[in-house]
Amino acid sequence: MLSLTWALIAVPLASALVLLLVGKRGDSWAPWAGVGASGATFVVGLGAYIELLSRDASDRSHHQHLFAWITGGELKVDAGLLVDPLSLTFVLLVSMVGTLIHVYSVAYMAEDKNRRIFFAYLNLFIAAMLLLVLADSFLLLFVGWEGVGLASYLLIGFWNYKPEYATAAKKAFVVNRIGDIGLIVAMGLMFAAFGALDFETVLGGAAGASEATLTGIGLMLLLAATGKSAQFPLQSWLGDAMAGPTPVSALIHAATMVTAGIYLIVRSAAIFNGAPTAQLVVAAVGAITLIMGAVIGMAKDDIKKALAASTMSQIGYMMLAAGLGPIGYAFAIFHLVTHGFFKAGMFLGAGSVMHAMKDQVDMRRFGALRGAMTITWVTFGVGWLAILGVPPFSGFHSKDKIIEAAFVGEGWQPWIFGGAALIGAGLTAFYMSRLFFMTFHGKARWTDDQHPHESSWLMTVPMIILAVGSAFLGLILASGDRFATWLEPVTGHVEHHDPVLSIPVIIGATLLLVALGAFAAWRLYGAREVVPVATQGSLATIAARNDLFQDQINEALYQRPGQHVTRMLVFADAAVVDGAVNKQAAGFLKWGESWRRLQTGYVRSYVGTILGGLLIVLLIVVLGGL
Amino acid sequence: MVNDVLFWVIAAVTVIPATSLLFARKAVHIAMSIVMVMVGLATAYVALEAPFLGIVQIVVYTGAVMMLFLFVLMLVGVDQREELKETLKGQRWIAFFAAGGIGTLLVVQISRVTMPVYRPDNPLVGEPDVIAVVLFGKYVLVMEVLGALLIIAAVGALVLTHVPRLTPRQTQNERARARVLAGANPVNKPMPGVYARHNALDVPALDPEGKPIPESISRVLKARGQTRDGKEFLPPSKSEGIEQ
Amino acid sequence: MNPMNFVILAAILFSIGASAVLLRRNAIVAFMGVELMLNAANLALVAFSRLHGQLEGQVMAFFVMVVAAAEVVVGLALIIAVFRARTNISLDEPAELRG
Repeated sequence: MLSLTWALIAVPLASALVLLLVGKRGDSWAPWAGVGASGATFVVGLGAYIELLSRDASDRSHHQHLFAWITGGELKVDAGLLVDPLSLTFVLLVSMVGTLIHVYSVAYMAEDKNRRIFFAYLNLFIAAMLLLVLADSFLLLFVGWEGVGLASYLLIGFWNYKPEYATAAKKAFVVNRIGDIGLIVAMGLMFAAFGALDFETVLGGAAGASEATLTGIGLMLLLAATGKSAQFPLQSWLGDAMAGPTPVSALIHAATMVTAGIYLIVRSAAIFNGAPTAQLVVAAVGAITLIMGAVIGMAKDDIKKALAASTMSQIGYMMLAAGLGPIGYAFAIFHLVTHGFFKAGMFLGAGSVMHAMKDQVDMRRFGALRGAMTITWVTFGVGWLAILGVPPFSGFHSKDKIIEAAFVGEGWQPWIFGGAALIGAGLTAFYMSRLFFMTFHGKARWTDDQHPHESSWLMTVPMIILAVGSAFLGLILASGDRFATWLEPVTGHVEHHDPVLSIPVIIGATLLLVALGAFAAWRLYGAREVVPVATQGSLATIAARNDLFQDQINEALYQRPGQHVTRMLVFADAAVVDGAVNKQAAGFLKWGESWRRLQTGYVRSYVGTILGGLLIVLLIVVLGGL
Repeated sequence: MVNDVLFWVIAAVTVIPATSLLFARKAVHIAMSIVMVMVGLATAYVALEAPFLGIVQIVVYTGAVMMLFLFVLMLVGVDQREELKETLKGQRWIAFFAAGGIGTLLVVQISRVTMPVYRPDNPLVGEPDVIAVVLFGKYVLVMEVLGALLIIAAVGALVLTHVPRLTPRQTQNERARARVLAGANPVNKPMPGVYARHNALDVPALDPEGKPIPESISRVLKARGQTRDGKEFLPPSKSEGIEQ
Repeated sequence: MNPMNFVILAAILFSIGASAVLLRRNAIVAFMGVELMLNAANLALVAFSRLHGQLEGQVMAFFVMVVAAAEVVVGLALIIAVFRARTNISLDEPAELRG
């Protein structure tokens, strides 16, 4: 199946094109065509996985050259696919979760008359995401990177007849473009330093490059990653991106696309290994975002926005792990995979709840759904336990490892990063429990016209599968460091480092904080009555509800000065550049005007001029003869 | 050598009429003065031993060119008087300095030149036969080209003054047809008093059908009520259909 | 009498003709000024012909006359065309070429 990897991209892409072009007659079979295309990628991915697994560990890399893509001067880029444990992990995650969400969408979007377009976009996303992870060069990766950005934009704005949804899509698009500039600049630096853009040359040559170059490339790659993965300081778009249909939020803005930044950093491990400063910045960004996301998540009443904040926070964990260097890469990807399962599961659960509650997203209007939607409650509960990191659920195995790894090191760093990770775990427990209790427990605060009911099997089956994954995947992959060993050809082998605190202490502290957070949430939102309308709250609550004023800060820091600079530039352009040209033109015009007076239109004046000329000639003759 | 008296006469006969170009108001007067100048110049040519050119000057300038000028003057209106007041600002000064300056400088420069005068025993006189040898020998090509130039100029003048007819000319037949179609009476209006028996101005004429034509009587007589209807001239059977 | 005097006479006639072209608004009169200038040049040519004892000057004068005749024909035709269009032959009227 390895030779068929091109089909991973071609099949969903072809399906997307067909669905887009086929017109209304495809409306009836479009959803299942989309599911089929996505399922085909999973089958191919699984086949490739089995084939790769049968190989020796050192030989688990398959490079498939497709065609010579760009040949321009010194730059030669070939389009090729690289199948190795890292990319295959992503392929499996994307195709499996993607297929499940396709199936879920068949029911979720059943009422939407544009669902053919929706499935076309979803397939487009699958194709672009697989291209992103399978590319063998940064340039081809960039194609996929932009492709997922496009799909994300299209899907966030899928209901773009609502202006605020269209605005949200635009915001995501613009913020992502800022990150893309980072990737473009990084590619420019790579080309300057290594003369190539393929992984083999760049990553192979990274050891020989200067630290300054690597730091520059690393920081630019980080900028790209922050844009795509909604990390500080480019995090603001993710909350608004929840405008898209819930399956989109689950697939793109929780499980897969937003983790592309982590993929980029882990893929570029060789560069970051040579640039400790860049690594430190990566870790710092991760730590800041994980706390920030958690704080925002604590105050949100919108179930999807709370989950989005949680996604931000969890990706912060991954970013932190990726910034820790070789000891963290495997755990970052590990957490990414488990997170993909439990977060997608919870988003699907949220979608199920919304479906039952007539698209209500305000958690203060939920409550006591446990009885009405048992399957949703159970699957969501599994996801909840997984994200909390309760053993033996998936999150425990992945997140705990990150917290442990954060405590490894010397000086102040382990304390800061470890502390942040530890506090983040407690905050996560609080806000996820709050969400869970507000939605499924307590008293019903439904509006009169809401009659919750369990969703159809098309929606519950994917949720159940994802819940099973959330429950056991961590345990399976963690036992005997199976996952880390699998990724070793890419991330490199790492000796075990001892954290500054002993491991049992860390685990104990984490579990204690989680228990405290969950208990606090139970006291505040489970046991006590929740008011249907939010009270004003303290200053901190208001700040968190407003996403820590990220939009206002962006506006004050970038937009307003940008506008003023633009205005200034426009003025300068008009006054100086245009002014010079216009003044010059006006000068010539005046000069011409003065010459124009000579053209009186009177024949007799012209005769006068002619005779004047004759007079001058004669004067020269006469005076010259003196 | 040229007689001094002859030179001064020629000078007076050319320069004085030439000044009419500057001072005379009527173009016809100027044209006549220029004819005078041309005759003077012809005399000068003869005096300068170029009799052929002198005759040509008379024929071409006084005979043809100046007559053409007069002809055009008649065409555009011989009465066109010209106001001598200058309309262009400073044009007088320009004229004074340019023309005066040119004249002065030329005179100054010419009077500084001394040239040996050709004084043969039998001077070379520009008789037609002598000129012809040069014209049709050395300069024959120029001669032919100038001939072509003259023809082209003549055709050009024709083209310039020709007014093209934009519509085809109407024949008499077409004009008559148009008049009838416009509803006019097909026959000529007869004079009043045809078939008169007395002072017939008060009797209308009759058309070929025997009906009186009221228009043939003067409006004045009608206003005075001094007309007669002409019933009496009709056969009795038709008298009912007659109207005044 | 030296033929050079005729050259001086030609210079005077030339400047009179030039003044006429500069001063008179009537196109026909100005045109006559031009003719006078041409004739002045002719006079100079004939005078020099006499001075040098060569016929070339007279032949040139003859050519000038032919060209002048052609010029008069075209020029007067132009004046008539202008007169038809404007019922006026003032040189100051057609000033459409004013810059």
